[in-house]
Amino acid sequence: MTLTHFLDIALGRLDWNALPFWDAIQTPDTLHIVNAAIVTAAASLVVLGALAVVVLLTRHGKWKVLWSEWLTSVDHKRIGIMFIVIALVMLARAIIEAVFMRTQQAFGLDGGFLLAEHFGEFFTTHGTIMIFFMAMPFLTGVINYVMPLQIGARDLSFPVMNSVSLGLTAAGAAIVMVSLVLTPFSTGGWSGYPPFTESSFNPGAGVDYWIWAVTLSSIGSTMTGINFAVTIYKERAPGMHLFRMPLFCWTALCTSILMIFAMPPLTVATALLALDRYLDFHFFTQDLGGDMMNYVNMFWLFGHPEVYILILPAFGVFSEVFSTFSGKRLYGYTGLVIATMVIAVLSFTVWLHHFFTMGQSPNVNVVFGIATMLIGVPTGVKVYDWMLTMFRGRVRVTIPMVYALGFITLFVLGGLTGILLANPSIDYQVHNTLFLVAHFHNMLVPGLLFGMLAAYNMWFPKAFGFRLEERWGYRAAYAWIVGFILAFFPLYALGLLGMPRRTVSFVEPAYLPWTIIAGFGALVILFALFSLAMQLWLSLRQRHANRVPVGDPWDGRSLEWATPAPVPEYNFPVIPEVFSRDAFMREKDLGQAYQRPAEYRDITMPANSALGPILTATGFLMAFGLVWYLWWLVLLAGGVSIAALIARSFVRKTTRIISAAEVRETHEAWLRQVAETRAVKRDQERDTSNRGLPAAPVSGAVQ
Amino acid sequence: MTTPSRHPGLNLGRAHPEAHHACEGLVFGFWVFMMSDLIIFGLLFANYVTQLDALAGGPGPKDLFEMKSAFIETMLLLTSSFTYGMAAYCLKYRNGRGALLFWLVVTLALGLSFIGFELHDFRVTIDKGGAPSQSGFASAFFGLVPLHGLHVATACLWMIVLIVQMLVYGLDTGVKTGLVRLGLLWHFLDIVWIGIFSLVYLGGLA
Amino acid sequence: MTGGSCNAVQPRNVGPLARAFLGLLALLVVTGCSQNNLSFLDPHGPVAAAQRTHFWIVVALTLVVVLPVIVLTPVLVWKYRYGGESTYRPRWSFSKRLEYLIWGVPFLIVAILGYFLWQQTYSLDPYKPLPSDQKPLHVQVVGYDWKWLFIYPEQNIATVNELVFPAERPLELELTSDTVMQSFFVPALGSQIYAMHGMVTRLHLLADHPGTYRGENTQYNGERFHEQHFTAKAVTEAAFDDFIAGARRHGHALDRPTYQVLDGRNTVRELARALGEDGQTEALRFSATPDDLFSAIVAGTPGEALAPGPVSIAAQQTPLAFQRVTTGVDGPVAAAAALTPLHAADDAMVSLPPAGSPRHHQQGETP
Repeated sequence: MTLTHFLDIALGRLDWNALPFWDAIQTPDTLHIVNAAIVTAAASLVVLGALAVVVLLTRHGKWKVLWSEWLTSVDHKRIGIMFIVIALVMLARAIIEAVFMRTQQAFGLDGGFLLAEHFGEFFTTHGTIMIFFMAMPFLTGVINYVMPLQIGARDLSFPVMNSVSLGLTAAGAAIVMVSLVLTPFSTGGWSGYPPFTESSFNPGAGVDYWIWAVTLSSIGSTMTGINFAVTIYKERAPGMHLFRMPLFCWTALCTSILMIFAMPPLTVATALLALDRYLDFHFFTQDLGGDMMNYVNMFWLFGHPEVYILILPAFGVFSEVFSTFSGKRLYGYTGLVIATMVIAVLSFTVWLHHFFTMGQSPNVNVVFGIATMLIGVPTGVKVYDWMLTMFRGRVRVTIPMVYALGFITLFVLGGLTGILLANPSIDYQVHNTLFLVAHFHNMLVPGLLFGMLAAYNMWFPKAFGFRLEERWGYRAAYAWIVGFILAFFPLYALGLLGMPRRTVSFVEPAYLPWTIIAGFGALVILFALFSLAMQLWLSLRQRHANRVPVGDPWDGRSLEWATPAPVPEYNFPVIPEVFSRDAFMREKDLGQAYQRPAEYRDITMPANSALGPILTATGFLMAFGLVWYLWWLVLLAGGVSIAALIARSFVRKTTRIISAAEVRETHEAWLRQVAETRAVKRDQERDTSNRGLPAAPVSGAVQ
Repeated sequence: MTTPSRHPGLNLGRAHPEAHHACEGLVFGFWVFMMSDLIIFGLLFANYVTQLDALAGGPGPKDLFEMKSAFIETMLLLTSSFTYGMAAYCLKYRNGRGALLFWLVVTLALGLSFIGFELHDFRVTIDKGGAPSQSGFASAFFGLVPLHGLHVATACLWMIVLIVQMLVYGLDTGVKTGLVRLGLLWHFLDIVWIGIFSLVYLGGLA
Repeated sequence: MTGGSCNAVQPRNVGPLARAFLGLLALLVVTGCSQNNLSFLDPHGPVAAAQRTHFWIVVALTLVVVLPVIVLTPVLVWKYRYGGESTYRPRWSFSKRLEYLIWGVPFLIVAILGYFLWQQTYSLDPYKPLPSDQKPLHVQVVGYDWKWLFIYPEQNIATVNELVFPAERPLELELTSDTVMQSFFVPALGSQIYAMHGMVTRLHLLADHPGTYRGENTQYNGERFHEQHFTAKAVTEAAFDDFIAGARRHGHALDRPTYQVLDGRNTVRELARALGEDGQTEALRFSATPDDLFSAIVAGTPGEALAPGPVSIAAQQTPLAFQRVTTGVDGPVAAAAALTPLHAADDAMVSLPPAGSPRHHQQGETP
């Protein structure tokens, strides 16, 4: 075997062209050099960021801690936090990409500075990341952290599988990040419609990066869905009937049911597309009987429920936020539960509204159009339920509440445009234009993202034992709201003016004022991102002043607030018994909070497992090998994956015991702290005197 | 937790209290997983039906499929479901490890011969010009049927692992819960095969 | 702004409450009524006009649910602020009467909107011929990477990126794509519709009066997607006849070599240069197109319908190499050298549509 032959096998189709600046060396004009500078800077950021992490970990000797307390941990709380870390990193990248796109369009009258090809990669990675590697990990992380605490469980039903889900998501995210260094990524958009994504039109590595990143994520999410649903059905504390669960748990349940049924269509769609590309199948090809509409149907059979997978947990968060910060019971609990369920069921009946313009008969369009509008009813009910929660309450405009108020007022406008889009004959005018782009950002930014940021601000003290800094927190929240309005409302106008989405430049001067405003809005959002970073940085510096060890800084209503902050690994020394909704508020109201259990017992917890990190590595390497045709790597990593799974099935010591004495010591120390802490009223909520112990309610009324 | 757990499928019951308890979440979770998996099969079935006429001038079902071997495969799988049932029976009523092992090995043998027959069939199909690169129809066939075969192969691997574990650890909770779940998967794959046999083979050759 | 029709964006049929809001919205959009007639809010045909009316009806009705949220939320936050004196009922969480209201009103509105949806979806079905006493003009549209071909089967001419038709006479379009999926759209006139390879979709449009309207593709199809726009020109009958005569007299021949350039990944300017025209050309005309060209394209065998063409250009092409190549911008030679050859006369078949597929015709089946 000659050296070249060996290199061919070893390197697959990797060559110099994969380097982000290679293009500019071939064609060294200004445009190419500017673009190469941008993408090379991005690639360097990835490489330097990874190096910085390695150096810091080595210098502080934290490798062992990282391995034994985080990577191999199967604690739902730590896994939740790791999910959110992935989400925040990916959020930063996707926002920066969005700023580039908006800036390009602001200069986009007859030109601009971005190459069309890079613009295509930007909108594809932006969408792919925001959905699969920002929104999904964020909500999965929040549910992971909060839900078991709210239902009074010690962990999820399948803790190791939870770690594997995290691993697959991380591997997918890593694949998207690597595509910055070894380019290109797909230009087919987040929905990756064939035949554009077939090898006859896009033979390069880009679409393969997209396929494997999304496939890894979809498998991880399916497992997450199974895990959450089983946990909620099987692990609730005694007395925690389904209709006593906090609303967030209901939305988590509906989301996980949607994940179980809606993620497989995506897995099938991307897997069949991969068969087309790798093994010359003809599922969706232009020729030999392939039918792209099968892909489109399957993709949206996933894609539409996905929208509700994203939004429902945010609805759950807002329900908790409105109730907690209005010092009042949630209005219309049963109605909200029904509305959530109705949305979940209806979400499977509307996928066709993503392609009203395909030329099908009006009968079909009418059915799907009306089904789509029907979803507006339960959604409208929810909005009014939240308003009625504030009605006759005591509203505190905290940071989560700013997000919630921004959400409720902006989201209804997105609802209005959604109703417009549900009408096939109007959709014929605004489909595929920036109006559509504005609409779904209007749902997902104030809906999902504000919800997750509200959750981040609300439960951060629970997870880490100190409140987040307030000033930059408010700045971030207001910048998000203002930035959103400036960046996306102009897109409605542009859409009504017929500007197609995914347009790198344009010739209509009428578009220019709007793209400039939108570009400015993107900069405000960039400032919001900066504010979030500042908030986190300052919070870390002020962590001693803002400590809330007792664990209930917001006068919370559900069980997670009945635990210390940060929460011990086993969550509850004794599994609590539940007698009503708002279980912890009832305890506080009756003066029964912070009790000493009758007896401490040994607690059995799941033991750490290396399966998660191993499958992260092999999943990443398999995907990477498939993208670049490194078949030896695919076989090697695949073999290791199977071996690891079999080896895991031989492990018999899957639990570890936390002794009663240790539980007693921790819990007693906390109870002493409770006794020593001064309770604060709500007007001192944002003060350093708030140590997480609220003044007791008087006949249900928050003080 | 307080109520005695019962779930669809084999309940190990009082004779195996620990494994019975451990089964509650595991078996429920496995049912949920199978629902999810069923969606995958359902979509591939749907895809197959829409692609029935996408022959692109190539061979169709009548040219490619043979009733004889499809029938033999069906019989092999149906028999294996029966033998797995016997294994489950031995597990539940503690008829001794030998009997359990015997029925598992018979099931495994039937499963492996099914895969053997199927691989042979695929070979013949490709030789007759029905390779997936030929047409949308051939792609749909090779998307659906081998996926079932892959499931059966995975289940066989799982069975081998469980047999080895049984020999190493004896019939402990891990093996028992594994056998209960594998049983569910085995019967599930049988049902999927009945769908394939009816739709692809009976439907295609009728 | 032409024709002074921009005041037409003022809403009609809406309540006085909504009028102020809509007026504001319309004011924002009005800047878009440029010379190119970009928007259905400034409609120039009956379809777009109906869509505009429907648009404002839906906005107005939906505002019944939306406006109270926007108005009342700040009021509630202020009135029931912590430290305020308003009633505080921490355990109040249900009211049957309110429940009827918050479920009932949205439901009622969706029911009314559903009626309009039903009615409009049928009456604006793009497949439905438009009522007119004039015989429709039949045009066949083919999408390529990154340009549009318009075939006039009755006149035996074709154009690229220029759809010329008589005003006040319905336009009956059949659409397909010889590449990836595209979406054909003339906002000021009416609906958009997908054009897909091997399938035929249909669309009916009508312009009220002569004018020039912006047309585009809205479905991303690669690098030069943003350059794939065209002009839809509604003209008088006399001007239309002149246009046909001009195309017949001065149009290029649409033979196999030319078709290969057309079918490649390039823009109209590159195509024009390859045909020896000025590189600034925005549109091209072809004379004497064969009758069955469109159905041959749908069937994937356009070569069979076309004349072989002169040897001089044909010699430059690579026969039957099935790669799609982006033509360079370096001029006619490079463009011609990078031609994409014809599709093979293969037997590409179109499968039966699954549920939710377009009502397409099987190959070769002209309606």
